[in-house]
Amino acid sequence: MGGMPKWADALLVPLLSLIIAFVISGLVILLIGEDPVEALWIMVTGALGSTYGWGYTLYYATNFIFTGLAVAVAFHAGLFNIGGEGQATMGGLGVALACLALPWPHWSLALLASTLLSAVFGAAWAALPAWLQAKRGSHIVITTIMFNFIAAAVLNYLLVNVMRPRGSMDPATARFPAETNLPDLHAILGAVGIPFAKGTPANISLILALLACGLVWVTIWRTRLGYEIRAFGKSEKAAVYAGIRPIRITMYAMLISGALAGLMAVNTVQGETNRLLLNSVEGAGFIGIAVALMGRSHPVGVIFAAILFGFLYQGGAELALWTRIPKELIIVIQALVILFTGALDEMVRAPLRRLWRMR
Amino acid sequence: MDFATIIQILDSTVRLATPLLLACLAGLFSERSGIFDIGLEGKMLIAAFASGAAAAVSGSVWIGLLAGIGASLVFAAIHGLASITFRGNQLISGVAINFLASGLTVLLGQKWFGLGGRTPSLEGAARFEPITLPFARALADLPAIGPVYYELISGHSILVYVAAVAVPVSAWLLYRTRFGLRLRAVGENPAAVDTAGISVTGIRYAAVAITGLLCGLAGAYLACGLSAGFGREMTAGKGFIALAALIFAKWRPWHALLACLLFGLLEAISIRYQNIDLGFVLIPVQFTQALPYLLTVVILAGFVGKAIPPRAGGDPYVKER
Repeated sequence: MGGMPKWADALLVPLLSLIIAFVISGLVILLIGEDPVEALWIMVTGALGSTYGWGYTLYYATNFIFTGLAVAVAFHAGLFNIGGEGQATMGGLGVALACLALPWPHWSLALLASTLLSAVFGAAWAALPAWLQAKRGSHIVITTIMFNFIAAAVLNYLLVNVMRPRGSMDPATARFPAETNLPDLHAILGAVGIPFAKGTPANISLILALLACGLVWVTIWRTRLGYEIRAFGKSEKAAVYAGIRPIRITMYAMLISGALAGLMAVNTVQGETNRLLLNSVEGAGFIGIAVALMGRSHPVGVIFAAILFGFLYQGGAELALWTRIPKELIIVIQALVILFTGALDEMVRAPLRRLWRMR
Repeated sequence: MDFATIIQILDSTVRLATPLLLACLAGLFSERSGIFDIGLEGKMLIAAFASGAAAAVSGSVWIGLLAGIGASLVFAAIHGLASITFRGNQLISGVAINFLASGLTVLLGQKWFGLGGRTPSLEGAARFEPITLPFARALADLPAIGPVYYELISGHSILVYVAAVAVPVSAWLLYRTRFGLRLRAVGENPAAVDTAGISVTGIRYAAVAITGLLCGLAGAYLACGLSAGFGREMTAGKGFIALAALIFAKWRPWHALLACLLFGLLEAISIRYQNIDLGFVLIPVQFTQALPYLLTVVILAGFVGKAIPPRAGGDPYVKER
């Protein structure tokens, strides 16, 4: 890295990339004839100015923590899992099956079942691309893209032809029984005496997401498997020489990644909509890419990046409500963040490196 | 199913395969030069928007076409900058380009036209008119040959024929010219090309520019040929089907034509028939829609002839110092 200290690499580079992305987003807002400062103010007050706003911000952030972790774990193994969307779609199927299969007496049991099933379904959807990559050398990026589309088709078929309740025209499952509804942040924080707005979608899945962050950190940096995953990601040849089996690592990394993406569905399907709809993932699988890139594939970074994107999503919805800026602005910001932190990384890094060499 | 129905389905196959073919050939040039491109979708989308918008404002489809190509070239330049000059991750750059197009088209469309992301409907000179080939009308009454020539081959817009011609031209360019040889070499072993004193960067930028041009044509056809105006997310995954077709064709032009026709046929069938009843089994429409992706996975898995991508694909080239 040529003289650049570690903190600069970990903090300064992503921060600078982020600033560039936001400046360009500001220019885009100017271009469509709106005031970027006012827009930012509406976003900040709308998403962070009240616990109600926070309720939405954290709800979105929960999704992005899961999908961000999913991409991050695969990154550590040198794999690019672009299939979070499909894996989360399948995770949704797992949640729906868990919630509808048995008359659960209490939400905690239902949560246990849906967590398990969503992780298994997500992992299963990642398993075939992983196996094809490991065994047959099929490029995992292409296969996971294809699996996104196949997952959408499978879900569409199941919702229209199999899981749709009799007499309903909606391509959606029946509503889950009330016993499966997860407690929201209002209920959880209220129990310990912290006031939090009612009626926001943020729910106990947030705690599940934070737990997942801890588990990922332990797995990647404190276990033998994690060591092998990182070694494999850094240099496949060296890892093989050290006796690490590529097939095993590719499979494990992708299964963990898929399971994490699948878990996202607990938040959206069981925590918010209480039934499985078409396209319940809504692009969160792809945002995971931006979150993992920004968070440098570290769980702590992923949490911050996920909250940032949660803020953008909620702020974007507020913008669409109060100004004439469509909420698609967020997609542009997201694209710029991915572009500058992911693909044009070197453009930001090279001048910084030169700066350090000059000192 | 009678003869007329078959002709109709094949006719819409040709229409639906055209944008796929243009995008597929676009990807072919980029990937053959060692630059992965999963941003075909985004380039098509921004081109469709630009051409729809420019054609609506100017009333001329040709200005629309130029605008579409221009927009697509700008996006191609971003991809080139990220993946050639700054040696960034080509896949991530592609993802970013797809999102950029998806967001910008709605943002600008809403600002300029206020139609929720659509552009105004195009008519007359703002659209590609169908071209009636010579003698088509005179031969129309002949049995068998007449309808095939009149309905199937004649009566498409210019870009359909451009796409058809682009196949032999691409094959010739790739396999029969010096530029093509160098382009393929850059995708397999850039160091060797560099040693011969040829600029790897130059060849790759040229390839990415051709990709931009062809995606521009594909987008313009979507907005001004296939439909009358741009609609939000109108590419609807076509860029990825084109990518699938490219793999299915194993990165070869003539095979790309066949793959795109096959995928176009599947799309035509899934639009015309909801579920297909084969008597003993009912094929749901979702299966027909997912078939291109399934077939690609099978091909990628190498069970039916292995698809091997260009060897240097995805690797940024670092010149030795």
